[in-house]
Amino acid sequence: MKHIVTLLGCGECQTACKTSCGIANQRCEN
Amino acid sequence: MIHQYQLGGYNIVLDVCSGAVHAVDELAYDMIGPFEAQPREELLAAMAAKYPAVPAAEIADCYAQIEELKNAGQLFTPDSFEPLAGKFKEKSGGVIKALCLHVAHTCNLNCSYCFASQGKYNGERAVMSFEVGKQALDFLVAHSGTRRNLEVDFFGGEPLMNFEVVKQLTAYARSIEKDAHKNFRFTLTTNGMLIDDDVIDFCNREMSNVVLSLDGRKEVHDRFRVDYAGNGSWERIVPKFQKLVAARGGKNYYMRGTFTHHNPDFLNDIRTMLDLGFTELSMEPVVCAPDDPSALTAEDRALVMRQYEELADLMLERERAGKPFTFYHYMLDLSGGPCIYKRISGCGSGTEYMAVTPWGDLYPCHQFVGDEHFKLGDIWNGLNNPEVQGEFAACNVYAKPECRDCWAKLYCSGGCAANAFHATGAITGIYEAGCELFRKRMECAIMLQVARAADAAGEDE
Repeated sequence: MKHIVTLLGCGECQTACKTSCGIANQRCEN
Repeated sequence: MIHQYQLGGYNIVLDVCSGAVHAVDELAYDMIGPFEAQPREELLAAMAAKYPAVPAAEIADCYAQIEELKNAGQLFTPDSFEPLAGKFKEKSGGVIKALCLHVAHTCNLNCSYCFASQGKYNGERAVMSFEVGKQALDFLVAHSGTRRNLEVDFFGGEPLMNFEVVKQLTAYARSIEKDAHKNFRFTLTTNGMLIDDDVIDFCNREMSNVVLSLDGRKEVHDRFRVDYAGNGSWERIVPKFQKLVAARGGKNYYMRGTFTHHNPDFLNDIRTMLDLGFTELSMEPVVCAPDDPSALTAEDRALVMRQYEELADLMLERERAGKPFTFYHYMLDLSGGPCIYKRISGCGSGTEYMAVTPWGDLYPCHQFVGDEHFKLGDIWNGLNNPEVQGEFAACNVYAKPECRDCWAKLYCSGGCAANAFHATGAITGIYEAGCELFRKRMECAIMLQVARAADAAGEDE
């Protein structure tokens, strides 16, 4: 029985809100 | 390091230092917690006592599955990233790739909660001339090294109060980008008051993203976002925003709202935005002093935490009904997110990202403008504040002892330096109230990924 289902620099990625950092919300552009 | 939590009916395990995300059953969830500390036989016996209906062989099999993931580097992965901290900034030292151009230190609204003191940044009203803006763009190109993508945000105050210069600067950048082998990406942050057909045409032609300030419900928005006669702006700006968004094909924009002590039930504002036809949304907690009347209280934050969970539920509900919407902080790409160097080094403020005042002074970012201690130099003479620059260059997630044991450190990258400074007096400080909200947002964002994967698996069966 399967108990577990499994779903980390060039600087070209983009630096919405201007107050709360959202690095995790970015995407790699390279 | 792992992080386990239960949300949305799912048991979720995040392996912090590989980024692997696992959805597990109750048995595995209970076994993973003590897995590292408890001897195998002792753990199996404890699980057998807790789950008497589960055969011993099944419990042993679950143990083996956990062990297999550990051996594969997908559970209990050790943190080996500290030696990489600072490497990205060291490698790209001196490179600047993004500017926040303060084209107007003035505003046609008089919002009391404005972090920029009604757009004046505690100084005099001013607008940027074309000459200053042109020099800023030349400065950016000259300091951008081999970076191809350069970003310029037209900011204020209200940037549309200096729209002619915005247009001239955009045209100038387009005239030099090909020869300079650069790709300018422009964004604009506006309160909407001056949007007209000319602005809409220009934005849709030149702006890769527009950020539109709307707080949601009319009574919420108009509590703060008033003109100098004290009149609310909601009724004037909403039709303009709707027209602009429709003309953009409903893409490449964000409705950017602020929630305060007066509306910690911000999900109602999200619902209002959806009712108005907006689907790309970003609602953020107010940034202000703790004794400010707008500041979120501990009681407010408890409600906000619940609102974040309900927001995730609403997103799933609407996705399943074919009416999806985006919440900026819930966007998480588990296979195409930022690299480890970016995750460790943070947003780039004070190193690769800076703000330019209307008269050409440079600051680490828009939230430091007006604080002379943080002035880094100017666009004619370059950078001349090595002490502050050094502080920002050294600011990474491993520079903050409190972050070391935090499961979210590779998602927040140490958090916002400005928020930390305003909360603690040091850019390496910890804005704990912000951390708490951030961790909840990440839990919700990861849960959404788990739910979507479960939905997709259900469709495949």
